[in-house]
Amino acid sequence: MVGIIGAGSLLASFLLTVMCLNQVGASGPIQSTLYHFMSIDRLSLDFGFLVDQLSVWMMMIITGVGFLIHVYSIGYMHDDEGFYKFFAYLNLFVFSMLLLVMGDNFLMLFFGWEGVGLCSYLLIGFWYTNRDYGTAARKAFIMNRVGDLGLLLGMFFIIKTFGSLAYKDVFAQLAGADPAMVTVICLLLFVGAMGKSAQIPLYTWLPDAMAGPTPVSALIHAATMVTAGVYLVTRCNGLFSMSPDAMHVVAIVGLVTAVFTAIIGLRQNDIKKVLAYSTVSQLGLMFLSLGMGAYVSAMFHVTTHAFFKALLFLSAGSVIHGMGGEQDIRNMGGLRKYMPVTFWVFLIGTFAISGFPLLSGFFSKDEIFANTYAHGGAIWWAMASVSAVLTAVYMCRLLYVTFFGEFRGTEEQRHHIHESPSVMTIPLMVLAVLSVVGGLLNTPHFMHLPGSQWMAHWLAGNGVNGTPIVPMAEVHLSASTEWSLMSFTTALALLVIVALYFVYGKVANLPVSDQKQTGFTKVVANKFYVDELYNSLFVKPTEALSKFLYQYADIQGVDGVVNGVGTGVSKLGAIFRRLQNGNIEYYLIGMVVGAALLFLTIFI
Amino acid sequence: MTLAIFTVLAVISVITALLVVFSKNPVHSVLYLIVTFFIIAAQYILLNAQFLAVVHLIVYAGAIMVLFLFVLMLLNLNQDTEPQKSSAWKLSAAVASGLLFITLIGALKGSSVAIAASPNPEVGLVKNLGNVLFNDFVVPFEIAGILFLAAMVGAVLVGKKDMAV
Amino acid sequence: MLEIIKTVPIEYYLLYSTVLFCIGVFGVLTRRNAIIVLMCVELMLNAVNLLLAAFSTYLGDAQGQIMVFFIMVVAAAEAAVGLGILVMIYRNTKSTDISLLDRLRN
Repeated sequence: MVGIIGAGSLLASFLLTVMCLNQVGASGPIQSTLYHFMSIDRLSLDFGFLVDQLSVWMMMIITGVGFLIHVYSIGYMHDDEGFYKFFAYLNLFVFSMLLLVMGDNFLMLFFGWEGVGLCSYLLIGFWYTNRDYGTAARKAFIMNRVGDLGLLLGMFFIIKTFGSLAYKDVFAQLAGADPAMVTVICLLLFVGAMGKSAQIPLYTWLPDAMAGPTPVSALIHAATMVTAGVYLVTRCNGLFSMSPDAMHVVAIVGLVTAVFTAIIGLRQNDIKKVLAYSTVSQLGLMFLSLGMGAYVSAMFHVTTHAFFKALLFLSAGSVIHGMGGEQDIRNMGGLRKYMPVTFWVFLIGTFAISGFPLLSGFFSKDEIFANTYAHGGAIWWAMASVSAVLTAVYMCRLLYVTFFGEFRGTEEQRHHIHESPSVMTIPLMVLAVLSVVGGLLNTPHFMHLPGSQWMAHWLAGNGVNGTPIVPMAEVHLSASTEWSLMSFTTALALLVIVALYFVYGKVANLPVSDQKQTGFTKVVANKFYVDELYNSLFVKPTEALSKFLYQYADIQGVDGVVNGVGTGVSKLGAIFRRLQNGNIEYYLIGMVVGAALLFLTIFI
Repeated sequence: MTLAIFTVLAVISVITALLVVFSKNPVHSVLYLIVTFFIIAAQYILLNAQFLAVVHLIVYAGAIMVLFLFVLMLLNLNQDTEPQKSSAWKLSAAVASGLLFITLIGALKGSSVAIAASPNPEVGLVKNLGNVLFNDFVVPFEIAGILFLAAMVGAVLVGKKDMAV
Repeated sequence: MLEIIKTVPIEYYLLYSTVLFCIGVFGVLTRRNAIIVLMCVELMLNAVNLLLAAFSTYLGDAQGQIMVFFIMVVAAAEAAVGLGILVMIYRNTKSTDISLLDRLRN
C-alpha cells in the first residue's frame, strides 16, 4: 500500500512532467511566482518556479527514473521493517530534487540542494543501528556541508554583484559584470558542485554512501542528486562562459577525478563500491565536458548515465538481494545461470557504460571526447580516453567475475540464490531498453541520422530572457576526424571487453584479498590512502583541537561560570522558596497587589 | 429621572454584591448574585442595549447561576461546612483590594473620556448587532462556537465518574 | 439622543464598574469556598461587561457590545469547566476549600 502510494505519486508527477514537456515545447518556458518570500534592503526573494527546457529535462529524468526505482524498491525493501520510512524519505528526496531543478532563483536551488543533502544523509544512514553506516551518513553530510558553504558564499557574491538571486535578473546583467568577480563566483559555485557531485577533493563520501539501501544508491548517488552539480554549472553556463579560468579549473578537476577514481575502481571487490567509483569517474567526465564548454554533452551524459548507472545499481541490488546480502564479488561467480534476467540487463548496462557501439554511453561519451579533442587538444583527449578504457576494464571485470565462472559462495548461499521477483525485474528491463536507445536522443551530426542533435536543439531553446538556455557547443572538426576519434575509442572499448573475458571470464582469475596485494595494486586497493590522508590532515587536528578546547575552555572556563551561576541561583531560590508555598490564595493576593502597583506606576 | 433610576439601581447592586461576598451561607450568596445580575440587566436596558440585556439574563441568571446553585445543592454545602478565613487574612485582603480600588479610581480620574456628539441610539438593537456580528465578526463567532464545544467536551470528561486522579 | 447620555455622565459608570470589580476582587481574596470564588470572578467579568456596554452606547459603536457577547461566551465556558473541576475535586477531597489545594507545592 505504502509502495503504491509512493510509486503512484511518482507516476503522477511523471505524467505531469510529460505535460509540462509538451507545454514547454509548444509555448516556451513556464514561470510562476508562488509568493513573495522576503525582502532585505534592496534584495527581494521570491518563491517561484521556472520550468524551462533544461528544468523539464531534469524533471523527466528525476520522475521517470525515480518512478522505476520506486517500483523496484517495493520488491527490494518489502522485508525491511523501515518500509514506510523508506518511502517517506524517498518521496521527500524526489520533492527536494524537483525543487532544486524547478526553482527560478538560486535560493530555491539552495533549498532543494539542502533538502537532497538531508535526504541523502537520512537514507545513507537508513540502517542506523549499524554504527559504520551512521558514520558514513555523517561523513557524507559533513563533506557536503563543505561544498554547500562554497555554494552559499557564491550566492552571497551573486547578491553583491548582481543585486538579485533570480536567474533571469542575474543572467540579464552578465554583460556588464566584473570578470574577476565572475571568476570568484564561478569557482565558489563550483566548490558547491564539487561537494554535491563528489569531485576531487570532496569525493570520498560517495563510495561510503553505498551503506544505504541499493535503490538509494541508484536514485540518489547515481542518477539524480550527484548530477545536481552538473545541473548547477549548466544552469550558470552564462557565468562560466565569461570566465575561462574557472572553466579551466572545472575541466582539470573533472579530468583528474575521472582518471583517478577509475584507477581506484580497478581494485575494488565490493560490487557497489566499484559502481560508486565508476559514478565518480563518470561525473568527472561530465565536468570535463562542462569545462570544455560542451554543456549539452554533459547534460546528455547525465541523461544516459542516469539510465545505465541506475540499471547497473539496481541489477547489482538484484544480485545482492538474490545472494541474501552478499556484496563481495569474490564470493559470487557463475550467477549467469541462476539469475538470467539480471545477467542480461547487467550485461547491457556494462556495455552501455563501456561505450559498446550504438548503445547510449557510446554516443554520450563520444560527444564528450569530440569536444575535448576540439577544445582541449590531443593530450586532454588521450587522458579522457584512458579513463574510458579504465571504465571498460573495471566494469567488465565486475561483470565477468560476478556472472561467469563457477559459483564460489557457501552452500547455503547457493540454495538461497533466486531470480528477483518481477516487480524488480520489470523496471530493470525498462531501464535496459532506455540504456540501449537513450543515445538516440542526441546523435552526432556527422552521422546524419534523422533527429540528429535533437537534445542540443531542445536545450538551445530560448529561455525567459529570450536567449538560448544552453548554447550549442561549436565543434570545428572535420567529419573524418570525428569518425576516426570515434572508431579509436570504440575499438579500444571492444578490445577491453574481449580481452577481459579471457582474463576474468574464461578462467577463474580471482582478485586476491587486500592483505596479499603488494606495490602499486595495494595502494590502489586502499584507494590511494585518501581517506587516511584526510583523516590525519583534517579530522585528527580538529579532534585534538576540540579535545583541548573541551578540557580547558569548556570544563574550566564555561562550565565554571555556568556552575557558579547555577549554584548562586539555587541558593537564592532556597531563600525565595518560602514565598512559593503552593497555596493559591497567596498567589492571588500577590497578583492583586502587583496589578495595583502596575496601575500605580503606569497611570499615576 | 433617569439619573435617579440609575443611582438607585447602582446602589442596590453594590449592596447585593457586598452581600454575595459577606453572607455566610453559600446558597444566599448565589441568590444575591442573581439579584445583582438582574440589576445589571436593568442597567443594560437603561443603556438601550436590549439584546445584551436579554442574552445576559438567559446566560447568567438562566444558565450559569442555575449551574452554580445546582452544584451547591449537589455537594450539599451550607453554612456549617463553610470554611472561614482568619481575620488577619481578611484584613490583608481588604487592604489589597482597597489599594487596587484606590489606584484604579486614581488612574481613571485623570483620564478624559471622549463621547461622540450624537451617537446612534440604535446600536444595541438586535438588528444592528446581528449585522455587525455576522458581517465583521463571523470568524470569531465560529471560533467561539468551537470553544464552547471544547468546553463541553472538557466538562463532560472532567465530570466522568471513573476518572482516576 | 438617549436620555441616559444626557443625564448620566460616563464617569458614573466608570466608578460603578470599578466598585463592582473591586468587590469581586475582595471576594476572591477573602472566601475559601471555591464556588464562591468562581462566583466572584463572574462578578468581576460582569463589571467589565457593564463598562464595555456603557462605552458602546456612549460612543455609538456596536463593537463594544459584541465584545461583551464574546466575554459572556468565555464566562459560560469557564463556569462549565470550572464547576466540572470543582465537582471532581470535591469527589476526591470531600471539600471545596481552596486553602487545602496546595498540591502545587510538592
